[in-house]
Amino acid sequence: MSYLRAFGSWLPPRRVRNAEIAPLVGATPESILEATGIEERRYAAEEDTVADIGVLAAQSCLEKAGVAAADLGMILVASGSSERFCPGPASQVAARLRLSATPALDIPVASAGSLIGMALAARLAPAVGRVLVIGAEIMSRRVTLSPEAKNTAILFGDGAGACLVDPETGFARIADSCLYTDGSQAEILAVQDRVFRMDGQAVILQAARKIPRAIGELLARNQIGAADVEVFLLHQANLNLITRVAGALKAARERFYTNIERYGNTSSASMLIAADEWWRGKTAPLQGPMVLAAFGAGLNWGAVLALPA
Amino acid sequence: MDPQARIVRVLQKVSGKDIAPGAEEALFTSGLLDSFALTDFVSGLEEEFGVSIPDSDLSARRFDTIAKVDAYLTAKQSK
Repeated sequence: MSYLRAFGSWLPPRRVRNAEIAPLVGATPESILEATGIEERRYAAEEDTVADIGVLAAQSCLEKAGVAAADLGMILVASGSSERFCPGPASQVAARLRLSATPALDIPVASAGSLIGMALAARLAPAVGRVLVIGAEIMSRRVTLSPEAKNTAILFGDGAGACLVDPETGFARIADSCLYTDGSQAEILAVQDRVFRMDGQAVILQAARKIPRAIGELLARNQIGAADVEVFLLHQANLNLITRVAGALKAARERFYTNIERYGNTSSASMLIAADEWWRGKTAPLQGPMVLAAFGAGLNWGAVLALPA
Repeated sequence: MDPQARIVRVLQKVSGKDIAPGAEEALFTSGLLDSFALTDFVSGLEEEFGVSIPDSDLSARRFDTIAKVDAYLTAKQSK
């Protein structure tokens, strides 16, 4: 058995509104808002690294859980934007948490990495103990603010989120999860030569079908109706896509927590940042099922189902 | 009904627009319709023609004109 014990997040203080990037990409602030639902995003400071912001989210999560880093059994760090491919940021995060032997592994999967980490953590925690899952991204350095790259430049922001998966206690029990990979479409979403490349139309097409299918499958095999889900916490890729997923599942749009308006798409960090905000805003214990889902590079996608503990 | 007319009818339904594009007119790569409309278009075609379109076949280029869609569906139905 594994539980969601706490979430955490960290966002850089620098706000980048549509008005700031619109002239650089040959668009208007209004057109960016209309196309994406994004009003502003955060950009990391020049000296920040993916590991730096990952540590800040980790500390936020551990503090809320009241758990010391020394009591972790494993760390999983998802990032598609790390400065160095190998070793990635996981070992640096562990070192910054003053851990010198705790296994710390990278999940270099943009957008879907933290969902993968959470699903793996649920299965690993009973064997290794508490698993800290982190998603940390500085996507602003993987896009170019130019008219040629407008479609990606307007979307992305920086930030980090974290989640503590505990084998013994938490506010929600992780009941089930599903993960999928289809490498035949890998080229439509990739970070190559340090630049993020995306065929937005193809990604939307794939995600709009695969996300509802994964969630639907998870709910069906646990005999839960979409209308009974208390909250859907999705990778914050695109407001229109989230609305589309809600429609496909015939679930109330209000059950889908969103913060893409304020942070943009923070890739693999977004789902955990959204989860942390939702959790912090809760005034009552979890009453019904919660569903987390993401779609990203690979293509990788999947969903996690958690029930009140 | 002529298959191309049925395709146009699906397109009108999912786009909510009273459009009547020519057989070779670009629908999506031209920006006439967005990728969300394309998702609905594919689902509408599955329903109208009783076919299952696999994710691997999803591309804007493949469904970009009425003629291309017609050819795709003909090939699909003849299998």
